[in-house]
Amino acid sequence: MKLEVGYIRICDISFAEATEVKEGTLYVNAKELESMVLEDERIAAVCFDIARPGESVRITPVKDVIEPRAKVEGPGDIFPGVITKMSTVGMGKTHVLRGAAVVTVGKIVGFQEGIIDMSGLGAEYTPFSKTNNLVVNFTPKEGLSPHEYEAAARHAGLTIAYTLGKLSAALTPDETKVYEFPSMVEGIKKYPDLPRVGYVQMLQSQGLLHDTYVYGVDMKKSITTMLCPTETMDGAIISGNCVSACDKNTTYHHQNNPVIEDLFAEHGKTLNFAAMVITNENVYLADKERSSDWTAKLVDYLDLDGVIISQEGFGNPDTDLIMNCKKIEATGTRTVIITNEYAGRDGTSQSLADADPSADALVTAGNSNQVVTLPKLDRVIGTLEYTEKIAGGFAGNIVADGSITVELQAITGATNELGFNLMSAR
Amino acid sequence: MSKYKVVHYINQFYAGIGGEEFADHKPELRNGAVGPGAAFNAAFSDKAEIVKTIVCGDSYFNENLSDAKKALIEMVKGAGADIFIAGPAFNAGRYGVACGTICEEVSRELGIPVLTGMFEENPGAEMFKDKLHIVATSNSAASMRTAVPKMAALALKLATGEQIGASVEEGYLPGRARVNFFEKERGSKRAVDMLLKKMAGEPFTTEYPMPDFDRVPPNPAVADITKATVALVTSGGIVPKGNPDRIESSSASKYGEYDITGVDDLTFETYETAHGGYDPVYANQDADRVLPVDVLREFEKEGKIGKLHNKFYTTTGNGTSTKSSKQYAQEFSQKLKDDNVQVVILTST
Repeated sequence: MKLEVGYIRICDISFAEATEVKEGTLYVNAKELESMVLEDERIAAVCFDIARPGESVRITPVKDVIEPRAKVEGPGDIFPGVITKMSTVGMGKTHVLRGAAVVTVGKIVGFQEGIIDMSGLGAEYTPFSKTNNLVVNFTPKEGLSPHEYEAAARHAGLTIAYTLGKLSAALTPDETKVYEFPSMVEGIKKYPDLPRVGYVQMLQSQGLLHDTYVYGVDMKKSITTMLCPTETMDGAIISGNCVSACDKNTTYHHQNNPVIEDLFAEHGKTLNFAAMVITNENVYLADKERSSDWTAKLVDYLDLDGVIISQEGFGNPDTDLIMNCKKIEATGTRTVIITNEYAGRDGTSQSLADADPSADALVTAGNSNQVVTLPKLDRVIGTLEYTEKIAGGFAGNIVADGSITVELQAITGATNELGFNLMSAR
Repeated sequence: MSKYKVVHYINQFYAGIGGEEFADHKPELRNGAVGPGAAFNAAFSDKAEIVKTIVCGDSYFNENLSDAKKALIEMVKGAGADIFIAGPAFNAGRYGVACGTICEEVSRELGIPVLTGMFEENPGAEMFKDKLHIVATSNSAASMRTAVPKMAALALKLATGEQIGASVEEGYLPGRARVNFFEKERGSKRAVDMLLKKMAGEPFTTEYPMPDFDRVPPNPAVADITKATVALVTSGGIVPKGNPDRIESSSASKYGEYDITGVDDLTFETYETAHGGYDPVYANQDADRVLPVDVLREFEKEGKIGKLHNKFYTTTGNGTSTKSSKQYAQEFSQKLKDDNVQVVILTST
């Protein structure tokens, strides 16, 4: 499979009469988008806002972040099986509005959504302080159930990102990257001396605001399976979760999975990127046993020399992580796991909820319990009404001067376990 | 600004008294810097100065622990130290243990910053690296020249109360506390590099060594549950509606104790969950799903259990460190014991 990804640089975003891209600026007609969103009768109202890098803006409670992309050549379309017709993606040509993002916010569903600060200390911890964000703020219809509300908000965010992404199709990319993924036999023939490496991606699947969808399939109802890594670049995996926003993969993370990018960067040089396995993180023990059995079985069957395992979430999924690691190591395949830590605010607690001696190669995205005080920012998009209640907040954390104190876990993407960031801990 | 006053602890060997045959040397206080102290003073430039040096034989210290500690504390106190430095001990075992022991004692008794240095395999490192800043050195005194500047720099940071970075940044042995910092490469790249080394059989360093996991064997079965008082404890965050104690949705800083005298059923109107780590919809509809008061009341009436304890204990397991969980459990376990509860049903989510 071969996918060419063309990046069109977006340096600014602005409201305008016509929705278009001109000289690196994304212009948006909010009225058009509004009527599109309101076609969904579950949503009572929607308003749009703009947040640029460096502005004194706080966005909360954030549900998802999505990158606008368009399919230019090849089968299928962006967000297959969800926004567009089901068809296998990951081949041909895709364009990206690089530097732009759609951010969905609105009244919380549970306790769970995150914070994005566009400047100040908080901006250092979230990757989305560096994107030009179109913020979509929903008001759900009175009496709508949390599950329905979450689904409506998710769908609307994807629809808007898809619509904006379409603009990129006719543009000339500033930069192009080619990702070529050989079939198993081709790979072995081409790189007989390189170690065959796989990627095991664990997907959060514990229920409301903890779900992930693959080609529209709710991952908690799927058995462990395989994907061609380029499929993720066309939106095959989408996020339905942001609980403890620091370590949940937004759709943007899935579209730009850094493990996939970094394995491709070494592909044909120091390793042969041979397979990608996706598995879930369900709450029942039987599901955990089944999924990790299957993960190990597939890795063994594929005869891989090594795999990188990325986790999503913490606590309960630590069990899935350790099961996957232990069972894969037992097949003779070497593992490196990527996780984050809950070592307590002072950093002196044990960091994981499960452990095993075979997990001897670990990359950490940092301690999510670290406390930070975020300065008052001039403008809030969304509401601070839930800042005490969201995961990472606590009673009395909004100070009179307008600053807020939270654990890093409240900041969207701060300790992402795909290894998206530079942050670590020792 | 005046210089920070440093008291430095060294053994008989580094004081130039002699080797093993002089290891019984009793604690002795000298003015100014002695032995490696000169190098420390040079590294401090004008910011700090060793005012007193304590010399003590390794055997004396370890064989007369209580007397030695007492004498040394008095000496450090008398010198009006702002900071206490011991060693570096490199790979000298008894010296390393002495450095760690006295640093811990000074920290506890006098509350001033303390620092030592040693080789990672020194037995003192294993004993104290979770409690103290121990600068990592090589295994031989030949590396004094590189060890002292690292120790001096960290000592000054500790003295000024500056935020101490992660162990890899500051050069101390990992184990004391996890500290966040920004790496040069993103996590995914570090994972690829680590995997390449691991597959090739080359040395690599994990970013978090696996802890010794605390596994608790279950207690023996209760002999006669029809006579027992049964209590409910949950990490599923069930609280009276409105969350009166404002237990956090993640990383709980407390647990709640709530009276259920006369409560037969937890309803949508009366109870809810504070937990932010699972789908709260079903627990909010009927909190008995997480904290089964209704069933236990029935069992109570039917005589299947002795009685349901009139209090339940609850916290949010979500994002709560194991250390905090342990502390809460220790507290309310004692209360449960004092209330003669024989059985606890612990529900998680």
